Amino acid sequence: MKLLYFPGCTLKTSAKNLEKSAFFIMEKLGHELKEMDDWVCCGVVSSLSDDDLMRHLAPLRSLIHVEDQGEDKVITLCDMCCNTLKQTNLRVKEKPDDLETLNAFMDRENDYKGTVKVLHFLEFLRDEVGFATLKKMVKNPLCGLKIMPYYGCMMLRPREVAIDDAEDPTIMSDLLTVLGAEVVDNPFKIECCGSYHTIENKEIVSNRAHRITNFATERAADAIMLSCPLCRFNIDERGKDAEKKFKGYKQIPVYYYTQLIAIALGLDPSVCGFENHAVDPNLLLKKKGVYKKIEI
Amino acid sequence: MSKKQLPKNKEISKIVFKKGELAKEVEDISGENLFGCYQCGTCSAGCPYVDDMDLTPDEVIRYVILDRQEVLNSKTIWLCSACFTCAERCPRDINITKIMEALRQIVLRRKIDRSNAHKTTKKEREKIPQIAFVSLFRKNIG
Repeated sequence: MKLLYFPGCTLKTSAKNLEKSAFFIMEKLGHELKEMDDWVCCGVVSSLSDDDLMRHLAPLRSLIHVEDQGEDKVITLCDMCCNTLKQTNLRVKEKPDDLETLNAFMDRENDYKGTVKVLHFLEFLRDEVGFATLKKMVKNPLCGLKIMPYYGCMMLRPREVAIDDAEDPTIMSDLLTVLGAEVVDNPFKIECCGSYHTIENKEIVSNRAHRITNFATERAADAIMLSCPLCRFNIDERGKDAEKKFKGYKQIPVYYYTQLIAIALGLDPSVCGFENHAVDPNLLLKKKGVYKKIEI
Repeated sequence: MSKKQLPKNKEISKIVFKKGELAKEVEDISGENLFGCYQCGTCSAGCPYVDDMDLTPDEVIRYVILDRQEVLNSKTIWLCSACFTCAERCPRDINITKIMEALRQIVLRRKIDRSNAHKTTKKEREKIPQIAFVSLFRKNIG
């Protein structure tokens, strides 16, 4: 199956490894991700002011370009993009008057007909590939690894665009079980990582990273698995900063779910791009003997 | 409710509303009914930033209803990063995230910016993901 994919800015810069590992997983699964033509920035945060339609223009433009390419489905890897595209899609479906205004404003584009379905890659793996199929393909189970899933905000809230239950999600722990890892549960799994405060208020973000990670390490977790590139940066990099502030605190490695799937499917670790992480994710995998079984 | 000391910003303090107008503007921008709030504090209990806030989210709503315009000076409205936890949990189904955004918009629409992103060092700029910058600009510049 060939599927259209919306990358977004971060996947092309600081989260290249998330994109690369996802491409290789798809190849292994016998599908193909095709980057869509003419994608534009999604705007990252969806409009929260009711009277302002301007912020829906950017995501809507990309949705129109999906329709222009004759597709009715688009996959995103970034949680922020997924959330923004889904919220705009929902808004124009619920309020046809708003769609009319937006269509009239973008007079050089075709009208949006509302046929596109936005999918998070994780959602695609669960609903269309199926975790059971994934399980059959695991060659290199992550035995002995205790991993805490971390969901963040954007894939769970608001409820209308969530890919799983907003208070008690299970999609990541289900995935980890399929991959053969042990799941460490944590009430902070759905709490905000500090988001954009990482620019102007580093202190708050490293406190949050410490709080989230500390709870996991107290429960003997070896690593954290997440999906959003901003959560990765905040927990990994700012968590590393927190080591100076909190005595005895040690930041544990942070993986994207795509990287762990790639390792479990027996792909070459070089597709994971581990060099971009603050805490080296390789060390743990070597220590636990996960790599030994890979035939390169 | 005890009187709290809020930081003062010269420009923000110049914004003046007639009686009841602040609540009306917040309701117009957010589309939410402020008066549905019965001050249970569920939003504040679950807020990940509450420890750093000067007013708790439920206090912010009360301040707006009581026409206390100093609420625009509070750190709270700028600390909210729209994680939607409060909106998800509110038993009165009020989207508090949207109310925080409305208060930010009241300030930003009067051409008052709240960002010092230009002071970020080059090293940091190269490392921080773009999504952080775009969302900061959207939230603190408008």
